[in-house]
Amino acid sequence: MSADSAIQIESLVKHFPMGGSVVEALKGVNLALGAGEFAGLVGPSGSGKTTLLNIIGGLDSPTQGSVRVLGEDLANKTHKQLADLRKEHIGFIFQTFNLLPVYTVFENVEFPLLLLNRTNGERQKAVDEALERVGLSHKTKARPATLSGGESQRVAIARAIVKQPSIILADEPTANLDAENSHNIMRILVELNEDNSTSFLFSTHDEKVMAYLRRTIHLVDGNITSDEVTTPSAP
Amino acid sequence: MIRFLIKGVLRDRSRSLFSVIAITIGVFLAVVYRGFVAGIFDDMLRQGAIMMTGHVKVTTRAYAEEAALLPMDLALLGVDETMEQLSADYPGMFFTPRIVFGGLIDVPDEEGVTREQGPVAAMAIDLLSSGSRQVELWDLENRLVDGRLPQSADEALLGDVYARRLMVVPGDIVTLIGSTMHGAFTTHNFTIVGTVAIGVGSLGKNLLLTDISGARQALDMADGATEILGFYTDMFYDDDAAVARAADYNAARNGTGDEFAPYMVPLRDQYNMGAMLDYMDVAVVIFIGVFFIVITIVLWNLGIMNSLRRYGELGVRLAIGESKAHVFGSMVIESTVVGIGGWLVGTAIGLAVVYYLQEVGIDYGAMMEDFNMPISHVMRGKITPDSFYLGLFPGVVAPVVGTMLAGRAIFKREMSQLFKELEA
Ligand SMILES: Nc1ncnc2c1ncn2[C@@H]1O[C@H](COP(=O)(O)OP(=O)(O)OP(=O)(O)O)[C@@H](O)[C@H]1O
Ligand SMILES: [Mg+2]
Repeated sequence: MSADSAIQIESLVKHFPMGGSVVEALKGVNLALGAGEFAGLVGPSGSGKTTLLNIIGGLDSPTQGSVRVLGEDLANKTHKQLADLRKEHIGFIFQTFNLLPVYTVFENVEFPLLLLNRTNGERQKAVDEALERVGLSHKTKARPATLSGGESQRVAIARAIVKQPSIILADEPTANLDAENSHNIMRILVELNEDNSTSFLFSTHDEKVMAYLRRTIHLVDGNITSDEVTTPSAP
Repeated sequence: MIRFLIKGVLRDRSRSLFSVIAITIGVFLAVVYRGFVAGIFDDMLRQGAIMMTGHVKVTTRAYAEEAALLPMDLALLGVDETMEQLSADYPGMFFTPRIVFGGLIDVPDEEGVTREQGPVAAMAIDLLSSGSRQVELWDLENRLVDGRLPQSADEALLGDVYARRLMVVPGDIVTLIGSTMHGAFTTHNFTIVGTVAIGVGSLGKNLLLTDISGARQALDMADGATEILGFYTDMFYDDDAAVARAADYNAARNGTGDEFAPYMVPLRDQYNMGAMLDYMDVAVVIFIGVFFIVITIVLWNLGIMNSLRRYGELGVRLAIGESKAHVFGSMVIESTVVGIGGWLVGTAIGLAVVYYLQEVGIDYGAMMEDFNMPISHVMRGKITPDSFYLGLFPGVVAPVVGTMLAGRAIFKREMSQLFKELEA
């Protein structure tokens, strides 16, 4: 295993019990993602993209197979250890922004740093920087309900990057956004990837996102059908 | 982090304000209901206690053994001294002497020849001495049908129905025929100054009600009484205390072997009241239990609903790296704090209302003027010791358990489920 491996997955199978039967969401996935990659899982609805991201993030557990994240085998980890791994190294971005409604923009972004017990000063600085990056320095006191979709997703991005994680998992981050906002967001993420060599793994069926990917992994019906280096076509 | 969580609670009205209000209302109702039920049950005892049993009754030991026969010859003497002793020993109570006796009354016509004659169940209570609360407790002013209340030793009241049967009207003089406590034949004239409707079972029927001083003269029992009734100053009967008090009192006088030593009997041990008290205890538990279960279920659901609503938020917090135990713990602590807040406020307001009912009461007599029942027309409450903590169950335990049940999902389900439920 190379030292700069971010994610290593072998023969990953995931079954969901559904009533009496079983849904095979992932049917033996093998995947390796290096540090600093900008890759996307592309596939139709129900192909297992979200399931795969959740397992990588330790939110779901594999039925079979092994998953290593930053060299750590998730199989032997307790819930607490998985939470710590997420807390320190993984940022999530969701399709439905998932901001905490009662907190301000600043507080939403600050939350991961509170979990990390960062000092007041460190938090202030890091949150300011993260909001600056997503262009929302002027909205620190706003509540999520008052934000547009694009702004909300930018807050979610700031929240994911504020702790400078090694890996960001983004599940259809543009699905609820218009074209202009989608491009804005993707440009921000590309920039982050280039500046901090953060690894990105997307799930998407949005052409606009695909245009930015440097690696495209096709997932169909729980199987990887192709995995190729792609040249970003977006400006 | 703690500040962060507190901010969340305070800003989320349905978690803080509405929850506190809901819990406050629930606990308030529970506390008031509890006090109200206690008041009603106490009221059921009250009339009997005032007219028959007292909260405790002191007689001679010998009298207590044959109380049903009203054995005048076994009456207490040296009543003033015994009363003083009792008042000194039990500062939370007051005591009042009385003489219960039987006899005949003779109603003469203009010539002084017997016109009517009949038995009386006479009761001589302390109507006239300055500190006495008997007129107030018997509610005599309201119960007076005709005439006025006695103002001297030789004046008496007669039961209203009985007076009509004997055709006695206020101003008539009747002669009591009976025997003294020493067994001697005696007659004594009383002026009937008024008639009363007591209407409590057989007590009202042939009632002659007079001041104890008159009866003492008539029956030749200076400083005597057949019984001394003791009451808690607040007029609420405390069974455990009364029983313990009587036991102490009697134990202290046990060795003497004196048949005429004072002997204390609690309300419980008179006229089969024990069975009634036990029945009331069970009834209170049932009355209150049902009400509490309803409130508990409501507030339990409040806890569940408040948590279910937050599955999305919980999912995000887990995804960001908060541990399950921490998320669960913060939910439980949060609902505990909110519950305690509601419990404190609800209990405080509830106790205030019950206290008002206890001390003042709400008189609905005006609404029920024609309703002549031997129950008082004042709605009362009673603060019981358990009122202070009873609200903890519906107010704190129920919503916290509800929260825990809902929060179990964090552990039981795969975390990704929490998002699914948010999106659905
Ligand atoms: N918790 C679950 N319980 C049962 N079945 C599930 C669960 N989660 C996912 N599935 C099933 O697993 C399969 C893969 O779902 P997944 O959400 O990973 O697809 P996806 O590629 O992300 O789809 P979309 O593009 O619609 O988001 C689907 O058939 C889905 O119904
Ligand atoms: Mg999906």
